[in-house]
Amino acid sequence: MNSSLISQTFKKTKKENRPALLTYTVAGDNTKKKSLEILKSISKYIDICELGFPHNTPIADGGQIQTSAYRAIKNGIKINDVFSIASQFKKSKKDKPVILMGYYNMIYQYNENKFIDKCKKSKIDGLIVVDLPYPENKPFAIKCKKKGINFVQLISPTTSRDRLKKIIKDSHDMVYYISMLSTTGGKLKVAPKKILERYHKIKSLNKNKNIVIGFGITEKTIKSLKKADGLVVGSAICREITNSIKKRQNAVINVTSIVKKLKNKIKN
Amino acid sequence: MKLKKKIPLIDQHDKFGFWGGKFGGSFIPETLKNPVEDLTKEFQKLRKNKKFIKQRDYYFKNYIGSPTSFVKLKILSNYLGGAQIWAKVVSEANGGAHKIYNATVHALICKAMGKKYIVGDTGAGYAGKMLSMAAKKFGLKCKIFMGAKDMKRQKPNCDAMRKNGAEIVPVYSGSQTLVDAVSECMRYWVSNCDNTHMCVGSTVGPNIFVKICGWSTSQISRELKVQIKKEFKKIPKKIKLINCVGGGSSAYGFWSEFIDYDKKHIELVGVEAGGPKKSKLHAAPLSRNAKIGVLHGAASYVCQNNEGQIQETESISAGLDYPGVSPIHCFLKDTKRARYTFATDEEALNAYQMVTKFERLNPSLEPSHAFAEAIKIAPKLSKDTIIIVNSCGDAKKDRDILKERLGKKR
Repeated sequence: MNSSLISQTFKKTKKENRPALLTYTVAGDNTKKKSLEILKSISKYIDICELGFPHNTPIADGGQIQTSAYRAIKNGIKINDVFSIASQFKKSKKDKPVILMGYYNMIYQYNENKFIDKCKKSKIDGLIVVDLPYPENKPFAIKCKKKGINFVQLISPTTSRDRLKKIIKDSHDMVYYISMLSTTGGKLKVAPKKILERYHKIKSLNKNKNIVIGFGITEKTIKSLKKADGLVVGSAICREITNSIKKRQNAVINVTSIVKKLKNKIKN
Repeated sequence: MKLKKKIPLIDQHDKFGFWGGKFGGSFIPETLKNPVEDLTKEFQKLRKNKKFIKQRDYYFKNYIGSPTSFVKLKILSNYLGGAQIWAKVVSEANGGAHKIYNATVHALICKAMGKKYIVGDTGAGYAGKMLSMAAKKFGLKCKIFMGAKDMKRQKPNCDAMRKNGAEIVPVYSGSQTLVDAVSECMRYWVSNCDNTHMCVGSTVGPNIFVKICGWSTSQISRELKVQIKKEFKKIPKKIKLINCVGGGSSAYGFWSEFIDYDKKHIELVGVEAGGPKKSKLHAAPLSRNAKIGVLHGAASYVCQNNEGQIQETESISAGLDYPGVSPIHCFLKDTKRARYTFATDEEALNAYQMVTKFERLNPSLEPSHAFAEAIKIAPKLSKDTIIIVNSCGDAKKDRDILKERLGKKR
């Protein structure tokens, strides 16, 4: 594999001596058009965008992302709409990596091979599948790699050392570390120092892997974790969309303003 | 795809936890990988431990009240003509339903693992009620997740849970029924798996939960086998074991000892919830040919749309109102060992009325679905055919629904 866009992005942020900023939004929240506008608008400040394909029984997501997902589904978002949002975004921002994130049943119903082909056509750079853990995900991860798509492995505080080694060894260009025992959007219940301690232990297994931290990251907590290779903010953004809709304000402007603040906190 | 003989069905899976190569598995977030592995090892150890088995049997006998009785429904059989209808009255178990077996075993495992908190999901409220009972009995702190719609329609069981000191967490997401309760319970476990044990209320969920639940409810068929032999001297030539299927825990428990028999000898009939007669919605993934999908950590036939979004279900019976079904029932369907059909809300209500009119039995709406099938087929069968229905729950919890649908207070 040539150096992937994801790898190149981390190289760049490391040169700038800061973590990469990753955002998670649900595709089609709250409409197809709005969600694309949000992506385009925040892309100035972010390094990688994670785009969720909404599912109605998300077993690892907290209230904020559930609300976003239900909203998108209610507005009629289909999986092909998710691909079209991603591919339209990629047309205007060629150098921004896009990672699709979701639950396995949707890939299974679409058909694994067809799904990967469609990712390729839509210029998707990576995939995160929440409920397809290692080692069950190995065959799928290999298929992804063959098509030049990064399969992002997840690790968590409960992952045993033995598993960690194997997962890191089989991982592609990016690994996602879940900061604490929680669904998405939980309050950071572990001290950032403790999280970084564990994080560095994992990093020491292979310094070349780009490991990002997610779960519980907000405007308040992001600065304390800036030593990581990358940081993911999801629920805080989904919450902002919800609030904007409630207050009848422009979600694009509000979300962009939050993302800009997040970026400023980790800039050097 | 083939069934093996002399190996319990719960153990006939591959190393990734799949039955028949495609049903089951453990589709779980990374955070749960380790707790699920710990639980798997612990259960593996405990089921071979004589002391643990002795403890289980002690509580099954002295706390749950095994064996539950096996009775002939003479008046109903005479009225319908044809096959003889019998009932295994599992609703006599402490608490009023088969859910007590799984709840008791989970509480024992929780204690053995040194955890002080136990959480569980519930639909009809029986799984929740029983878990709250077992938690109280064994000194565990208990939280039950229940859909807000189910809390309203199964109030008597909610009262019982609270009386046992459990906290009920209402779930307002989605359809506010069992499917959402299970999701929310799993989310809670993701966040608290370091000190909390999770009990899945049926033979669904990640592989290990299917196994623990099936291992617990199989007590029903161990008792039944002894009772049949005692009653008939030997096992009769034509038997039909009819059981309702939601998640499928009582059906597996009712059948497990009889799976090795030829289906012409002992037929296994599962009855799913067909929903209201005029509604398109139902909770019958097996008998109405749903596609395979992944729900709550396992692959099974699931009511879903083309995109893989889980479909809303509808049934008068909260305990059967679930879009998925146990992977072991999918396996039994595809190997053609069991036959699956459905009964509508109306058919279940009619069956309830007929059974309670003729017999001293008060089956809840879940087993009323099984009785509906028995009532349908009995007249066409020979006198030497023995139909046995698992009357796995008591109708006390359905008080309000029955009053609303049938008028008089029961």
